[in-house]
Amino acid sequence: MNTIDIKQSEPSQVEFNPTELTQTVGNIYADNAKMAIRNVDVFYGNKAHGDKQAIHNVSLDIAKNQVTALIGPSGCGKSTFLRCLNRMNDTIENCRVTGQLMLDGEDIYAKKLDPVLLRARVGMVFQKPNPFPKSIYDNVAYGARIHGLTNNKVELDEIVERSLQKAGLFNEVKDRLKDPGTGLSGGQQQRLCIARTIAVSPEVILMDEPASALDPIATAIIEELIDELKEKYTIAIVTHSMQQAARVSQHTAYFHMGKLVEMGKTEDIFTRPSHKLTENYITGRFG
Amino acid sequence: MTNSIENSTVRSVENSMLNKQVTPASSLSTTDRVTINLKKRHQKEKRFKSLGLFAVLFGFMLVVILIADITSKALPAFHQHWVKLDVNYQSDWLNVDVSSTQAALAKQMKTASYRKVLKNSVYQMFSTVSNKKLSRKEKRQLIKLFSTNAEFTLKEILIADPSFIDKSVNVWVRLDDDVDSYLKEGFAVGDAGLRISQQQAQWLAQLSTEQRIESRFNVSFFTASDSREPELAGIKGALMGTLLTLFVTLLLSFPLGVAGALYLEEFAPKNRITDLIEININNLAAVPSIVFGLLGLAVIINLFGLPRSAPLVGGIVLTLMTLPTIIIASRAAIKAVPPSLREAALGLGASKMQVTFSHVLPQAMPGIITGAIIGIAQALGETAPLLMIGMVAFIVDVPTSIVDSATVLPVQIFLWADSPERAFLAKTSAAILVLLTLLLVINVTATVLRAKFEKK
Amino acid sequence: MNTPLLFIVLLSLTLFSYWFGLKRSLQVAGGAEHKKDLTCLPEQFGLLTAMVCGLPALITLLIFNSAEQLVVEQLLTSTLPMHVQSLSNIDLGLYLNNIRSLAASETTQSLLQGISSQAIAQPSDMTLQGQLQAALTLQELNQLTVWLKTALVLIIAVVSVIMLVRNFSLTYKARQKSETIVQALLVASSAIAILTTLGIVVSVLFESIQFFNSVSPAEFMFGTQWSPQTAMRSDQVGGSGSFGAIPLFAGTMLITFIAMLLAVPVGLMIAIYLSQYASTKLRSIAKPMLEVLAGIPTVVYGFFAALTVAPVIRNIGESLGLSVASESALAAGLVMGTMIIPFVSSLSEDAISAVPNALKEASLGMGATKSETVVKVLLPAALPGIVGAILLAISRAIGETMIVVMAAGMAANLTANPLDSVTTVTVQIVTLLTGDQEFDSPKTLAAFALGLMLFITTLGLNILALKVVQKYREQYD
Repeated sequence: MNTIDIKQSEPSQVEFNPTELTQTVGNIYADNAKMAIRNVDVFYGNKAHGDKQAIHNVSLDIAKNQVTALIGPSGCGKSTFLRCLNRMNDTIENCRVTGQLMLDGEDIYAKKLDPVLLRARVGMVFQKPNPFPKSIYDNVAYGARIHGLTNNKVELDEIVERSLQKAGLFNEVKDRLKDPGTGLSGGQQQRLCIARTIAVSPEVILMDEPASALDPIATAIIEELIDELKEKYTIAIVTHSMQQAARVSQHTAYFHMGKLVEMGKTEDIFTRPSHKLTENYITGRFG
Repeated sequence: MTNSIENSTVRSVENSMLNKQVTPASSLSTTDRVTINLKKRHQKEKRFKSLGLFAVLFGFMLVVILIADITSKALPAFHQHWVKLDVNYQSDWLNVDVSSTQAALAKQMKTASYRKVLKNSVYQMFSTVSNKKLSRKEKRQLIKLFSTNAEFTLKEILIADPSFIDKSVNVWVRLDDDVDSYLKEGFAVGDAGLRISQQQAQWLAQLSTEQRIESRFNVSFFTASDSREPELAGIKGALMGTLLTLFVTLLLSFPLGVAGALYLEEFAPKNRITDLIEININNLAAVPSIVFGLLGLAVIINLFGLPRSAPLVGGIVLTLMTLPTIIIASRAAIKAVPPSLREAALGLGASKMQVTFSHVLPQAMPGIITGAIIGIAQALGETAPLLMIGMVAFIVDVPTSIVDSATVLPVQIFLWADSPERAFLAKTSAAILVLLTLLLVINVTATVLRAKFEKK
Repeated sequence: MNTPLLFIVLLSLTLFSYWFGLKRSLQVAGGAEHKKDLTCLPEQFGLLTAMVCGLPALITLLIFNSAEQLVVEQLLTSTLPMHVQSLSNIDLGLYLNNIRSLAASETTQSLLQGISSQAIAQPSDMTLQGQLQAALTLQELNQLTVWLKTALVLIIAVVSVIMLVRNFSLTYKARQKSETIVQALLVASSAIAILTTLGIVVSVLFESIQFFNSVSPAEFMFGTQWSPQTAMRSDQVGGSGSFGAIPLFAGTMLITFIAMLLAVPVGLMIAIYLSQYASTKLRSIAKPMLEVLAGIPTVVYGFFAALTVAPVIRNIGESLGLSVASESALAAGLVMGTMIIPFVSSLSEDAISAVPNALKEASLGMGATKSETVVKVLLPAALPGIVGAILLAISRAIGETMIVVMAAGMAANLTANPLDSVTTVTVQIVTLLTGDQEFDSPKTLAAFALGLMLFITTLGLNILALKVVQKYREQYD
C-alpha cells in the first residue's frame, strides 16, 4: 500500500464554479488499458418529462492489473459511472447511457454483446454486504453454478475453497461452510461477497465503497485484500475516503457534479493536484 | 431425411463430448466457459418470460370469457315480444251491466272477467281466419301462447278508458316466456328445450306475417319485482332490498369502524388488551362469510328475535363483516396524517380529543371514505350470510322499510339460477350485469376519489 | 309509540338538550357577555348535555328491544294452562306461534271485541277458548311493553338531563367529561371486534355442544356416512351413523386442491412477471384486471361455474368417453381457482417485492439472467411470504360458499375423482339451514358443528400463515 502525505489546506479563498469546467485535467489515458471509456453521458428520466443528466462527457482509461480509485463529494456520480462499466444501469428504468465503453477493445454496449457474459467478466462488490440467504458454500458457488463453470462437485469444492482463500476468509469459515452467509460479521460478509465475485474468475472487479459499512479493522483487512487482488484482476474502486484512495490505488480520478475534473497517478493527485477544484476537495474545503 | 437429421444429432453429441475431453475446464477462460452455456440459458430465460406473459394473458382471457359469456346470455333478457290482439270488450263477456251508473260500472269493471274477454277475442281472431271452430285442445294451446298477465293488461286498458266497452280495440299483450324464447331463437321448431307445438308454431308464423308481433325493450325487468313467470320477473324488489340493506350497513359500520380505528390509532395504550383487539380484527377479516351468517342466525334472530330476512338483520350481519375492512383501511388513512399536524395542534393547547376530531379526522377523511366505499362494495356482493338469515324466500312485494321481508340482488341471482325455465337464464345473466355495473360504478367512484384526494 | 317513532322523538330530544345545555351554561355564567368566565365553551356544555340525554336512553332502548321478545314470551307462557306449559320445546314453540298469529290477525281482533262486548258467545271449544284468552293476554302484554318502553326511555332521558344540568357551574369541567364519554364510546366500538369473535365462538360452540349431545364427536369427525335426511327423530337418542363428516372434509379438500392447482402456478407467475418483467404500461392494465377478478361476487362465479363451465367439461368428458357428473368437482374447483388467482398473485408480489433489492443486484451483477435470479434468489428469499400467501388462499378456498353451493353437488361422496360430484362443508351448512327445519333438531345443529370445524380450520390456517411469515422473515432483515 502507499503512504502519501496529503497536501494540507492553505488559507486562501475557496472558489469553485463547476460551470467553468470544460476539459479534464491530467492524464486520463493508460498504457495498458483494460477498459477504455470515451465521451460517456448518463441520463435519468425520460424525454417526455425532462432528462436529468448525471454524467457529463466523461472519458478515461482503467489500467490493467492496477487499482483505479474514483473519488469525489457525495452525489457527484461516481457510483453511477461505475455501474456503467458492467451495465448494471440497464436494470434501472429510464436510465440512458451514451458514448463508448470498451473492454479489451470491444464495445460493451454493442447489441451483440451479452450483458450476462459481460457481468461474468466484470464483477461487482457493493457498498453494503449482500450475501444471499444461503449457506457460505452456496454463496460462493452461486456464480460457478449458474454459469456452468464446473463439471462436478470436486471442481466446485476446489473453486469455493480457492476463492475463500483468496478473499482471506477460508480459515475463519472452513468448518462451517454450511452455515448461512448472513450469520457472519460485517467484515466477513463483505469478504464473502468478494470471494463470491472472484469465484467466477472475472477480469475486472468493480467495488462501490466496499468498506464504508465496516469498522476500521475490517476495513484494513479489505484494503490489504484489494492490494493483493490487483495482481490478478483489474480493479476500479469508488470511495468517499481520500485516505483510502491514497492507500490502495495507483490511479485516481476526481469527479465533481457528474464531470471528470482531474485524473492521474494517485501520488500526483494527492500531493500536486493541478485543478483548483481537486485541490479544494482534497484539502477538505468541501466534501 | 430423418436419417441425416439423426446422424447430425449423433455427430454433434459426439463432438461436444470430444470437446469436453480435449479441453479440460480449467484451461478455458471464463469467457469461453460461460459462452458454452449462454445460448441455453437465454432460451430458458425466454421460455420463463413467455410463461409469465402467458399467465398474465390467461388472466385477461378469463375475465374476458366470463364477461362475454354473461353478457351474451343476458342480452335476450332486455327485450321482450308483445303481440297485438283484436280485443272485443263485449259487455256480456265482461259480465257488466252497461246501464248502471258510472260509479257502479267502475266498481264492476274491477272484478269483471277479463279472462273470458281474452279467450273469446282470441278464439274469434283465429277462427275467422281458418274459418272453422277450434277444438278444445286447440283452444288450450292458443291461450298458452299468452302470458298469464295478459288479462291484467286488458283490465288496465279498459279501466283507463271505459269507453272501450262493447268495442273492438287493438291491445298489445305479452307473450308467454316459452314463446318469447322461441321467437328469440328464430322460429326453430321442435327445439329440445322448447315446448312449442307445430300448431302453435303455425299460429305464431301467421301472427308474425300479419305484423302483429313486436319486440320491445323490457322495462318491466327494472320496474317489476320477482315473479314465478319469467316474462314478468324483475329486479326492483331485489334492488330495493339491496339499497335498504346497504343503507343499514353503511349507517352502522361507518361510525363504528371510524370510531374503532380512531381509538386504536390515537388513544389505545400499548398493552395486551389492545393487542388482543388488533388480533381479533385481523382474524375477523379472514373468517369465512358463512360463519357470520351462523352468528346472525343464532344470535340476532334467535336470541334477539329480530325479523328474519329483513334488511335490518342483513345490515347488522354485513356490518360485522365489513367492520374489520373499514377499521383497517381507516387506520391506514389515519396513520398517513403527518405527526407534525398533531404536534402543531397540541402545541396550541388543544386536548387530544380536539386534535383528533378537529384536525386528524378531517385530514384522514378522504382515505377513510375511500376505504368505506370499498367495504360497501364488498358487502354488496355478499350472498352466503344473507342466505343464512333467511333472505332466501320468494318475496314478491317491494320492501319499503328496513323491517319488511326483503331479498338482495345477489340472493335473487342465486334463486333465479336455480329455476329450470329457460327464460330465467337470461334474466339471471341480466341481473348479474346489473350487479356488476353497480360494483363497477362504486369502485370507479372510489378510485376517482382516491386519485383526486391524493393529488391534493 | 313504536320504535321508529321513539327513535325520532329521542333524537329530537337530544338535539333540544344540546341547545338547552348551551343556554343553561350561559345562564350560569350570568349572560353571554360572561361567557369567558366558564372553564369550557358553552358549546361543550351543550354537547355534554346532548350526550347525557341521548346515550343512557338509547342504551335502555336497545336493551329493552333485545330483551322484550324473551320476556314477553316468558310472561305469556306462565299464564298458560299447566298442560300447555309442560309441552316439549318444539310443541310449545308451535303453540306460541299460533297465539302470535291469532293476536295479529284482524278477524281475531273483531272476534275478541265481540266476545268482550258480549255480542258473541264464548266458543265452546276449550282449546280455542284457551287460545283466544292467550291471544288477548298477548295483546295486552304487547301494549304494556310499548307503554313501558316509551315511558322508560323518555323518563330516563329527561331525568338524566335535569340531574346533569343542576351541576353546571363556572368551574364545571364539561369538556373533560364529554371527552371521557367519547373515549368510552371509542373503546366500545373497538371492543365490538372482540364481542363479535366471542359471539361467533359462543354461539357456534353452544349449538355444537347441543349437537354433540346427540351425535358423538368421534362419529362426526371420523364417520364416513353423511346423510342427514335419514337423521333421528327428536325423541330418538343414539345414532345410526349418518352424521359422519369425512366425505364433507374430503370433498372440501378435493375442490380446494383443484383450485390451488390452478391458482398457485398462475398467480405466482403473474406476480413474477408483473414485478420483474412487465412494462409500466402493462402493469397498469394488468392490475385492474386482477382487481376485477377479485371483485366479482362469488355468486356470479357460481353461476358461471354451474351454467357454463360444468356443461363444457361434461361435453368434453363425454366426447372423450369419460363419465362426468353434471356437477363435477372439476368445474367448481377450476372456477374457485380463478377467483383465488388475484389473491395469490397480489400476496406473492408483496412477498417478492419485500426481498431487498441488494440481493437482486448481487445476483444480476454476477451475470445471472433474470429468470435465474428469480428462481434461485428471489423466490427462496420470498418463500415464507409465498407460503403464507398459499395458506391464506387455502383458507379462503375452504371457506368459500356460493361457488360450491351452485356448482358442486349435495350428495356426500367420498372420492378422489375430480369428475365426480362431491359436496363440501359449506354446502352442507347452507343446505341444512335453508330447508324447513325446526331449529333444535340435530339436523340443523349439525350445521353449527360444521361451522365450528370451519371456523377452527380457517383460524388455524390464518395463524399458521402469520407465524410462518414472522418466523422466517428475520433471515435477511
